[in-house]
Amino acid sequence: MKAQGSVFKYGDNVDTDVIIPARYLNSSDPKELAQHCMEDIDKDFVNNVKQGDIIVADKNFGCGSSREHAPIAIKAAGVSCVIAETFARIFYRNSINIGLPILECPEAAKAIKAGDEVEVDFDNGVITDKTTGASFQAQPFPPFMQEIIKAEGLINYINQKKA
Amino acid sequence: MGMTMTQKILARAAGLDHVVAGQLIMAKLDLVLGNDITSPVAIKEMDKMKTEGVFNKDKIALVPDHFVPNKDIKSAEHCRCVRNFAKKNEITNYFEVGEMGIEHALLPEKGLTVPGDVIIGADSHTCTYGAVGAFSTGVGSTDMAAGMATGEAWFKVPSAIKFNLTGKPAKWISGKDIILHIIGMIGVDGALYRSMEFVGDGIQYLSMDDRFTISNMAIEAGGKNGIFPVDDKTIAYLKEHTKREYTVFEADADAEYDEEYTIELDKLQPTVSYPHLPENTHVVSEAADIKVDQVVIGSCTNGRIEDMRIAAEILEGRHIAKGMRCIIIPATQSIYLECMEKGYLKTFIQAGCVVSTPTCGPCLGGYMGILGDGEKCLSTTNRNFVGRMGHINSEIYLASPAVAAATAIKGNIVSPDAL
Repeated sequence: MKAQGSVFKYGDNVDTDVIIPARYLNSSDPKELAQHCMEDIDKDFVNNVKQGDIIVADKNFGCGSSREHAPIAIKAAGVSCVIAETFARIFYRNSINIGLPILECPEAAKAIKAGDEVEVDFDNGVITDKTTGASFQAQPFPPFMQEIIKAEGLINYINQKKA
Repeated sequence: MGMTMTQKILARAAGLDHVVAGQLIMAKLDLVLGNDITSPVAIKEMDKMKTEGVFNKDKIALVPDHFVPNKDIKSAEHCRCVRNFAKKNEITNYFEVGEMGIEHALLPEKGLTVPGDVIIGADSHTCTYGAVGAFSTGVGSTDMAAGMATGEAWFKVPSAIKFNLTGKPAKWISGKDIILHIIGMIGVDGALYRSMEFVGDGIQYLSMDDRFTISNMAIEAGGKNGIFPVDDKTIAYLKEHTKREYTVFEADADAEYDEEYTIELDKLQPTVSYPHLPENTHVVSEAADIKVDQVVIGSCTNGRIEDMRIAAEILEGRHIAKGMRCIIIPATQSIYLECMEKGYLKTFIQAGCVVSTPTCGPCLGGYMGILGDGEKCLSTTNRNFVGRMGHINSEIYLASPAVAAATAIKGNIVSPDAL
């Protein structure tokens, strides 16, 4: 499985309050949440993001609240993958559980610039910056998590195990 | 090699004699928690599962607390969804408006969290119950759904950081100052993926409410959980609040820690986190020039009875500054009632404060105290991110109830000693 898109770049400690402000949490509809994704940090994001685009950020992406609405909003906005130096742990779990691909790769997070065209190969964890030609190797997922990702989320994984 | 307190609790819940950091385990859950924001998403996910309802109706707690009493029609629909689910599945611990409180103040008060438990909650501040010696951690709605259906959750066994708390804190130094100081020291990702284990002779001077505040904010350092050993104060608290039996776990003498820090509690000063991260800490004396428009005293971090007592002690016979808005929110109905019986409500109202029914409202910019463009707020809550309490150009300063009450009176950020 591969993803390709242009990059939206953010810094350290992007928190779930800026990914989806709580004033919109009276909804749990992914489409509605997507309309306000990143609003408090980048008000142009929702107007500029295209299906398949990629978010690249520095350390501790998704810190703060446990709201699953954050990865849901990112996924529903069309983002195909988030690459960061590190992720906050609840955001990390939530992304895997809902089937939003995320990759930890400090080198890629540092080198990739906003607007670069990036390709991600999820099978081998190779991230290629097509604009600069550089490529990076992301941390591989433990096999157990790969199974959840393959099932496209925790609920399907549990259903498949039961069947 | 020995195990940390957290590792021992997780080993028991996974049915294993021994676990090591990094190991993936499947653990049995003693409690699964959700609120009015996260539960509707979990309920939708659970509908997709091939399951016969919940794993145990007594081991699920549903607490509408974020946007209740319903702040608008959409919130009302979320609450209705949770209410109907609770009714259909005969959830024992569903707390309706009138019985509810802010979840992390309510559950220990109701005796639902005891030492040795493994608890997940679809709320990041679920780590609060480490104060009673439980392993508890925040998860998202899908994990909550899976937990409600199966009674199990997967964990990566965390490594740990040891915080050795020594000495006796000065009069106005509370759990809030201690945890803000620690976050300032290690940063908002300083404990990422790891346990924060608090030990040392200083713990004897910390009330249970201080410990709840400290464990509550472990997540603000990125921690998976923040846990205290069980001592006489814990046992006295449990005697008063629960009939459940429990097992006390202690870290092995040869447990391994990634890092160790010593915090001299007797040397701490009242601490304030500046916008827009909890790690931006300063001692209160540096903040004297900062004038604020609003003060909030409450939340799962600082809405407990001791927080109310300290605020009342400072506000007694005084009035808040002209133009100040001071919002005080006792975290549960029982705390609210005690505030009434002890005369704190009268003190607050006579001082010019407003007092609200329990709600998370202002802490996350929901309602009950939203900030406008350029406004500044000194709050006893837990996060000061951009836009957290309202407009993206508003600013939040985090501090203890003592600093909050003194600031409400003076109008600028001060310690009660400055009054």
